[in-house]
Amino acid sequence: MTAYIQFLIDVLSLGGAYALMALGLVIVYGILRLVNFAYGELIMVTGYTMFLLGGSALPWIVMAAIGVLMAILAGIATDYVAFRPVRAKSVTAVLITSFAFSTLLQNAALLFISPRPRNVPLPDIFSETVHFAGIVTPARNLITIATAVILLAVFAWVMKRTVLGIAMRAAATHFTMARMLGVPANLIISTAFAISGFLAGIVSLFWIGRIGSVVPGIGLEPLLVAFIATVIGGMRSLQGAVLGGFLLAFIDTGLNYSLPQELLKFRDAFTFSLVILILLWRPAGLMKGPASGQRT
Amino acid sequence: MAGMKDTALTLVILIALVVALVVGAEIAEIRLFGRIATNLCISLVLVLGLQVFMGNSGILSFAHIGFMGVGAYTSAVLTIPAQMKGMALPDLYPVLAAIQLSPYIAILIGGLTAAVVAALVSYPLMRLSDAAAVITSFALLVVLHTVMLHWSEITNGPRTLFGIPKATDLYLAAGIAILAIIGAMLFRESRTGLLLRATRDDETAAGAIGADVSRLRWKAFIISALFAGIGGALWGHFITSFSPKAFYLKETFVILGMLVIGGAPTVSGAVIGVFLVTFSFEVLRAFEASLNAAKIFTGQVVGVTEIVLALAMIAILILRPGGLFATMEIGVLFGRRRQKASEGEKQ
Repeated sequence: MTAYIQFLIDVLSLGGAYALMALGLVIVYGILRLVNFAYGELIMVTGYTMFLLGGSALPWIVMAAIGVLMAILAGIATDYVAFRPVRAKSVTAVLITSFAFSTLLQNAALLFISPRPRNVPLPDIFSETVHFAGIVTPARNLITIATAVILLAVFAWVMKRTVLGIAMRAAATHFTMARMLGVPANLIISTAFAISGFLAGIVSLFWIGRIGSVVPGIGLEPLLVAFIATVIGGMRSLQGAVLGGFLLAFIDTGLNYSLPQELLKFRDAFTFSLVILILLWRPAGLMKGPASGQRT
Repeated sequence: MAGMKDTALTLVILIALVVALVVGAEIAEIRLFGRIATNLCISLVLVLGLQVFMGNSGILSFAHIGFMGVGAYTSAVLTIPAQMKGMALPDLYPVLAAIQLSPYIAILIGGLTAAVVAALVSYPLMRLSDAAAVITSFALLVVLHTVMLHWSEITNGPRTLFGIPKATDLYLAAGIAILAIIGAMLFRESRTGLLLRATRDDETAAGAIGADVSRLRWKAFIISALFAGIGGALWGHFITSFSPKAFYLKETFVILGMLVIGGAPTVSGAVIGVFLVTFSFEVLRAFEASLNAAKIFTGQVVGVTEIVLALAMIAILILRPGGLFATMEIGVLFGRRRQKASEGEKQ
């Protein structure tokens, strides 16, 4: 029984982080049908902001808020640098400009800060453990689960009940039609990037909280996770992204528990092969999004 | 219309560029130039391989560098001298430990192995288009990288594999680069290439007139992997020691950058892109090195080259989304000019 609870907590805390990451990627993809390769670098931006603020006397929560704010700004910058100038011209061009923007940010960190890991300030509660019902788990895991639940609820409310959310869903369903009905295109897209940055920033706090330091290449793993989760869940569906995040966490944790040691190092290869299989079975992912409209 | 004449003219111009490079490097007689020229020729093979798939199918592929790794490791395992193998690859399977082939045969086998691996894994993937195709190719790169990183018996794991005999010189690399140019051009003008380009421009319409989209893409992908495998093996026999790190995102970025700046849809674009990026890279590297030597900054200066390449890519894609040679081969451009000039004379 304890083992099951332990497994459940592991899956839920990992899945919560994965789901938020996937959501941040899919909110942009849903509207633009374009993948943002610079998404992982938003996580890096929060990390380095925290590192740079590390020496100051600010309380941790203020530093975290500034870190998330920087990720939001970086998200909006991605739109202006890599997406807006080329998005109407060619899909391949945008994939490559966002890939280039990601390389640009990474190498800027390499050049101006350091190729070596830099320590990031963490709150005390992140390193504490909680004992209950016979299991021991880091408090961080429980905080991750709580944050994910709250954010997902708020996000669902925004998308369903507010004018902004309805406009964004309309844009994701049929962009041209939404524009004709008076939805301001650029504002909606920038907002999507801002939300994307916000989610990446929050995830970054937990992601880096687990490792304790930040390096220029830190964004790769979260980016892959977000890719895979969205692909499994359905590239066009917000619910699909959340489902994909939890499912991927379940697969990852499951493999962690079940694979023998010498195969465990190939875990990524297994996970990614599984993804390829799922895509072959359902090329649109598990959940279909709204009927496809014209891309901008 | 791009006729036979224009194709021939394009080939002549592109091959002349490679020949000029070799002659230039030989005349200069500076070892560094020889190295740069050899590297450039290897990049040509790799980028042309990517062009065969990406340029004709219009689908971005990230997996290319992975197949370069397959070729490099295959050729390395087949050529490391038997007495070196005990040290270089202590866990190698006994069957393979006894084999020691000539590097030239091994380079070919490296390319074929990459093609076979590509044929096996990619057929189902070719049904996908757009973002799903790009993401799965990214996933494929990660799978290949993970396998290279952990299959210690063959690759020595994440550690550097050394002891690969040096076999690639400027002439071999240039010769294969010229073959790659001819191969890519022939493929582009072949029936498969033409049909594939039709599916690129309008997948539904091409499918409606009977083009088997996934099969066409599959053929191009295999040829593309063959080029990548040969390029990787050539590189392995040039550099003589490498680790799986050499076949990942940084290199993918450089190769993609070369192709995109030059223009993915054309062979000329691929070739010109390689020349432009290689030369600007070398200038920037020299600049970085002199900054480091002058000790203006406290730490090592790293990453300037990549930053400039990234900015160049973004700028070019904003100004010319298709790259420098987006639709027409260089021979067509020259041909047109000639035609216009002669028409002018007649009037």
